[in-house]
Amino acid sequence: MIAESGHYALVLALGLALIQSIVPLIGARLRDDALMNVARSTALAQLLFVGAAFIALVTLHVNSDFSVANVYENSHSMKPLLYKITGVWGNHEGSMLLWVLILALFGGLVAAFGNNLPLSLRAHVLAVQAWIASAFYLFILVTSNPFLRIANPPIEGRDLNPVLQDIGLAVHPPMLYLGYVGFSISFSFAIAALLEGRIDAAWARWVRPWTLVAWIFLTLGIAMGSYWAYYELGWGGWWFWDPVENASLMPWLAGTALLHSALVMEKRNALKVWTILLSILTFSLSLLGTFLVRSGVITSVHAFATDPTRGVFILLILCLFIGGSLSLFAGRATSLKQGGLFAPISREGALVLNNLLLTVACAVVLFGTLYPLAMEMLADFKMSVGAPFYNLTFAPLFTLLLLAVPFGPLLAWKRGDLLGVTQRLLAAGVAGLVAVAIVWGWASGGSTLAPLAIGLGIFVIAGAVTDIVERTGFVRLPFATALHRARGLPRSAWGSAFAHAGLGVALIGIVCETTWNSEYIATMKQNDVAHVAGYDVKLDGLFQRQGPNFHEMIAEFNVSHDGEKLSVMTPSKRSFTTRGSSTTEAALLTRGASQLYISLGDATAEGAIAVRIYHKPLVLLIWWGPVLMAFGGVLSLSDRRLRVGAPKPARAKQRLQPAE
Amino acid sequence: MRRMMVAFVALMLLALPAAHAVQPDEIMSDPAKESRARDLSRELRCMVCQNQSIDDSDAPLARDLRLLVRERIAAGDSNSQVLDFLVARYGEFVLLKPRFERQNMLLWLLAPLLLIGGGLALWLQIRRRSRNGADVPAPPLTPDEEARLAALMADEAKS
Repeated sequence: MIAESGHYALVLALGLALIQSIVPLIGARLRDDALMNVARSTALAQLLFVGAAFIALVTLHVNSDFSVANVYENSHSMKPLLYKITGVWGNHEGSMLLWVLILALFGGLVAAFGNNLPLSLRAHVLAVQAWIASAFYLFILVTSNPFLRIANPPIEGRDLNPVLQDIGLAVHPPMLYLGYVGFSISFSFAIAALLEGRIDAAWARWVRPWTLVAWIFLTLGIAMGSYWAYYELGWGGWWFWDPVENASLMPWLAGTALLHSALVMEKRNALKVWTILLSILTFSLSLLGTFLVRSGVITSVHAFATDPTRGVFILLILCLFIGGSLSLFAGRATSLKQGGLFAPISREGALVLNNLLLTVACAVVLFGTLYPLAMEMLADFKMSVGAPFYNLTFAPLFTLLLLAVPFGPLLAWKRGDLLGVTQRLLAAGVAGLVAVAIVWGWASGGSTLAPLAIGLGIFVIAGAVTDIVERTGFVRLPFATALHRARGLPRSAWGSAFAHAGLGVALIGIVCETTWNSEYIATMKQNDVAHVAGYDVKLDGLFQRQGPNFHEMIAEFNVSHDGEKLSVMTPSKRSFTTRGSSTTEAALLTRGASQLYISLGDATAEGAIAVRIYHKPLVLLIWWGPVLMAFGGVLSLSDRRLRVGAPKPARAKQRLQPAE
Repeated sequence: MRRMMVAFVALMLLALPAAHAVQPDEIMSDPAKESRARDLSRELRCMVCQNQSIDDSDAPLARDLRLLVRERIAAGDSNSQVLDFLVARYGEFVLLKPRFERQNMLLWLLAPLLLIGGGLALWLQIRRRSRNGADVPAPPLTPDEEARLAALMADEAKS
């Protein structure tokens, strides 16, 4: 019954989405408020029904109902409850259901809190949301139904892939989807603006909070995924330039550009056409990411060719939405009037530079991901584009970007004074140079570029501090006055300072980890001691343990530093009987921002075991950076000016209405 | 969903015993040569994995390749000779960093071309617009706008 109800709820959601795709548009044409308001009810009802379908699937997984194919293939009765729940989206069908749930959630949020939007804009936005939703409901119902029954139900399930049986799965995919799918709102706003033929600074003000919400989640989602890979996959890598990672990085790069260009549009009414285009591109890249991950095309072009139903379906959705929106853009964009003039050296100019660099970076990732596919399909030439390529191309792009970051917020709108800003950044520049000198003197070995990169990171952080100091007048003004001004400073100013500082922090982490990472690989017997980066790591012994659905071999290490006992670390290897596969559970010891990382290899017959021990200096900064960025985003979001659903004076509404 | 897929493919296609990438018994006695081998390993693809270098991969093939790289280094090959040897055997697919050759030119030159082209176009446009814009006076306010402005100014003055 539950499976059938879930299935039925999904079909009803499709029906509602179809109504929502058409009726509000008719309403907008006829200027009929009642018809336009249909979108609001259907969006909320859709959320209700998709929510019900999702809860149905969760219930099936929790109850271990193996008569449902999706549960049988991805669950096991002995699996801990948490993983029974997270296992819902640890597979293709379930993750697509999560995708549409989040899409419906965003639609519902616009419906519930979009009271300050002009009625026809809201109707258009929700209609476009419904187009996307209809396409994906159809996709799920036709090719990826999670509620399919098995004629002869087996007694036991096949268990979830062990690598996924981790808390990471509970957080990472939902976060990532909140980000990816959240960009559908800015897409819908862009299409709505093109359909209505009206776009102004107010539009940017409405779009920015939604974009910001999506961006915050995507930032955290990517960082979380990176940390998960770092501790779960057992070799201490945290970014692999894998096509699946690239699929999430591209919307992030485009979304970051969008945040900045929407700022110019809101403040100065300029860059309208570009902002609309970026909104379309950002969500298109999210769709492309979904296609790349879900169709299996990146695993191999041939895998895609052997079972193309799903891939072709998403490809059709992709072509329809990207092609359709870009044609609409091409047709309507010229009619948008350009406003707000500015000199090349100005805040606007700096934001344009930011957009140029981020877009180029995004294009590099897009090209690098698709180039091998294209070469194989068109020229039958198999090639790879991997980490070394991206590292080489990204380093100069991001160096330029980071050099420019501190200048942006200090430049004035319309016409800036580069020389003046340089003078104000003098202290930050000196801080950066001092950092270079210190690191140069102190560090032994490693790339000569590393101290320079750390100096750059310090410059970016100091630049963010300079911005706040300049605005509040600390140092210049009496302390009390400065404090008062700090309180009065818009939250968005604090937000951008935190986000920019986060970039510097992440850069320092990346440089330290890659340059001064020490590694020890050996086979160890009981009482053997390994010396890594000043730590003595002694193997005390090996133990066996039985977990709920796995068998575990644990190694116990005693860690000391300069003869002082620090901690016991217990990395383990888990063998999962059902799938016959195993995972390495690395042990981590955090000291400040640095970590000691131990993971186990195979045991030999004589009771020795292969061990990898890493010391990763300041590695945690890699993830603290994005957390700071997301925190900056949250601060900006709480800015009065941008608060989602903040009531607008009634006057403003009436002013906008007659023009439609 | 990102790492998951890698993990999926790595584990499901190959059903590997999870092991480490570089094994203790593979390491060369000369640290300089070993470090060369590690650097090379990071640029070579494990061809049965999804986008993993042989330095990261647990697959038996990756181990074979790592040993092969070390064998060539021990035989006195230079780094580029090792790469040539592997490309001759396995094709360009084995290189994670595509060579700077004709068929890959577009890939390598994309970033600089876009950056220079985009920057130039933007610079010209901004200059043109700001120059044109400077000559054209802003259109006068409509009576409606005048009234609104007056109302706003009055608001400001009151508060």
